[in-house]
Amino acid sequence: MNKGLKKLTKRNEPYIFLVVLALALLIQFRSGQFFTGNNLVDIASAMVVPGLFAVGTFMVILSGGIDVSFPALASLTSYATTKMLLDAGYTGGIWLPILISLSLGAALGAFNGYFIGFLGLPALIVTLGTSSVFKGVMQGALNSVQLATIPPGMQAFGTSSLFVASNPLSGLTSRMPVAFLVFASVLLVSFLILRYTFLGRGIYAIGGNEVSAHRAGFNTRRTKFLLYVFVGMMASLAGLIRTCMMQQNHPTNMLGMEMNIIAGVVLGGTAITGGTGSLTGCMLGTLLIVIVENSMILIGIPTIWKSVFVGALIIIGTGVSAWQVFRANRVAKVRFFRKEVPTI
Amino acid sequence: MPESLLRAVGIHKSFAGVHALKGVDLTIMPGEIHCLAGENGCGKSTLIKIISGVYQPDAGVLEFNGKSLQKITPIDAILLGIQVIYQDFSVFPNLTVMENLALNSELSEKHKLVSWKRMRSIAQDAVTRINFDIDLDSIVGTLSVAQKQMVAISRALMFNARLIIMDEPTTALTRREVDALFRVILQLKAQGISILFVSHKLNEVFEISERFTIFRNGELVRTGQTSELDSAKFTYYMTGREFSEQKFIPGEIGKEPLLEVRNLTMRGAFEDVSFALRAGEIVGVTGLLDSGRSELALALFGIRKADSGAILVKGKGAAIRSPRDAVRHKIGLVPEDRLTEGLFLPQSIADNLIIAEIDRLAGRAGVFDREKRAREIERLVKEFAIATPDPQNAGQTLSGGNQQRVVLAKWLACNLDVLVLNGPTVGVDIGSKHDIHGILRDLARQGMGILIISDDLPEVIENCSRVLVLKAGKIVTEMDADHADEQRILAHMM
Repeated sequence: MNKGLKKLTKRNEPYIFLVVLALALLIQFRSGQFFTGNNLVDIASAMVVPGLFAVGTFMVILSGGIDVSFPALASLTSYATTKMLLDAGYTGGIWLPILISLSLGAALGAFNGYFIGFLGLPALIVTLGTSSVFKGVMQGALNSVQLATIPPGMQAFGTSSLFVASNPLSGLTSRMPVAFLVFASVLLVSFLILRYTFLGRGIYAIGGNEVSAHRAGFNTRRTKFLLYVFVGMMASLAGLIRTCMMQQNHPTNMLGMEMNIIAGVVLGGTAITGGTGSLTGCMLGTLLIVIVENSMILIGIPTIWKSVFVGALIIIGTGVSAWQVFRANRVAKVRFFRKEVPTI
Repeated sequence: MPESLLRAVGIHKSFAGVHALKGVDLTIMPGEIHCLAGENGCGKSTLIKIISGVYQPDAGVLEFNGKSLQKITPIDAILLGIQVIYQDFSVFPNLTVMENLALNSELSEKHKLVSWKRMRSIAQDAVTRINFDIDLDSIVGTLSVAQKQMVAISRALMFNARLIIMDEPTTALTRREVDALFRVILQLKAQGISILFVSHKLNEVFEISERFTIFRNGELVRTGQTSELDSAKFTYYMTGREFSEQKFIPGEIGKEPLLEVRNLTMRGAFEDVSFALRAGEIVGVTGLLDSGRSELALALFGIRKADSGAILVKGKGAAIRSPRDAVRHKIGLVPEDRLTEGLFLPQSIADNLIIAEIDRLAGRAGVFDREKRAREIERLVKEFAIATPDPQNAGQTLSGGNQQRVVLAKWLACNLDVLVLNGPTVGVDIGSKHDIHGILRDLARQGMGILIISDDLPEVIENCSRVLVLKAGKIVTEMDADHADEQRILAHMM
């Protein structure tokens, strides 16, 4: 086996890719409906919101933290934005709603970031707490109810499409939403931050060893703070896009999404302890969850069994990772006994 | 007299009322290898932190390269050319060698954007300086301890270092790796870099350093040429006590073996190991880090399973598949890494002491008997002279030597027949080491069988009645203590 290929087998991404492919082939084989234009567009469209959430979650987990508050954050910011604009009778384009959401998201993210970054409190506890606070503010202070209409600009954004794919057999058509471009740009920006800025490398470094990162000269507190601000912005963007795509704002229906998103990120090979993982893996893991959520019906598995399937997938997926770690350790042992000593 | 590189005079430092440094002096010459020694808590780490800008001294003068240092930060110290290599090396296990090497200098130059090309060239330069042959793309977490240390050293050299402080650099290295490290240290010296080598291992101090400074309880005890030092003086300066080095003379040795191992084999670790341990004996097993000695200890205690062979306890075959089985057969293990394997650091000393005999402290209906527990803890703390103001304090508040006493006390509370110790005095200072040896000798005289697995040859020779040498998983020789000396054992080990 050549070196590049060998390196590839040690990574998680190829495995998760094979699982995605196998599932796709299975669905194709059973229904003949997977590799059709409209189904692929449907999946891409269904990826937008979970994908945005997953990018943020990925970066947080990479830094050794965790965020369970993003669905509540997204619900609160999207509800507040929609309600505010409705009350003001706003009829303009999508830019103002996006701007408002991003600012609200940044503010709430900064709230998380202050406690986690500057006060050094455990991320799980902080975000559990803020999650509850965000929900409370939305349901109590803002007295949230379902908003059946949304401002026209948001409506237009939600229905505008890049192209439409149709299925000649079933006659069904699916639109590729413009929002997919937003998702793609966020993905690109995140990739560039992680790979080509010292802020991004700082996230990896902190996830690997926070004390060393501090000694090396990273401003660990500020990095963590900025990270949660960024994640808050991603989540609020996802919340707004979801509102636009659904053409209504339902204040509670995003709540509870956090577990599947975190599961997708971990399935994609991101170490829950921080420090290792790739955006590719994170996206593949999320794609797998999205396919299972959307396409089980195509192979005749009733939707009531969906959560059992997702659960099984998570267990198997983490099992594969655990097995890989075990294998890597065994390899290390064998090497150990061959007495490889550094030549100096 | 030539100009000194670092001069510290009359340094004082207190923490919350504890006077850690009471006016110590330290002078380091350019291009000198200087050893700083002292027992745990003597103030040497505090002084390092003052030199590297982590702490500010309460009083005293600090001069580096002729300039007075006042209120310096860690970054200032690095820019002046002072580098500390910490015991944990401060590396990022999840990143590549290249990033580990280049991150610090990139950050100190305040770059915001990453240039992978520039990082690679920085890393390449860094490893070339000490001829360190390594794949820059390998992940640091997969490297050996020695390689990680070389990464840390290469990184330190990038800042035009004038003084490199190494905090107990040899702790987890094999003998061969220590030799390699010493060669690098000599190379650095040749380049005019001074090394402050912090260690309490006597033989290393003699081998590598030119001058030494010894602290005790925050005070300077002695500083001078290493050539004027011998091991008795060294020990005396460190501890303030005089020890007579006497070989262990066993009392009455039992006729039947307490523990017998026959043709025990664990693939990839050791093979065909056979020996017997009788009551009253202390048997030593020694070998290099990769000789299989640690695996042997784990197999005797049921943590890892041997592939074939038999373990007999008092002449009867014993199936030891788990630590619980081992304890039932009255075998205890003092593990290699007491911090992660032997103690519950955040829990109280008291709970650590009674954990192994917890079943016996149950009263009626399995309910914990608090009074019995309190009596037992009081007895153990007194018997093992564990230095703590309150046994309810966490285990991590103790020094290395006291922690090891807790591990020992825990087992002795269970009335064992056989005690296996893997590296019983690693990271323990000389005074405590002596005391621990004393405890082991007493136990053997009381009829316990003791197996010491260690690569500390003086320890093995002084305390054991017989020595087995493991090499690449096989017992290559067995010697009586009377015939064992370091040279002979080393010849078999290598």
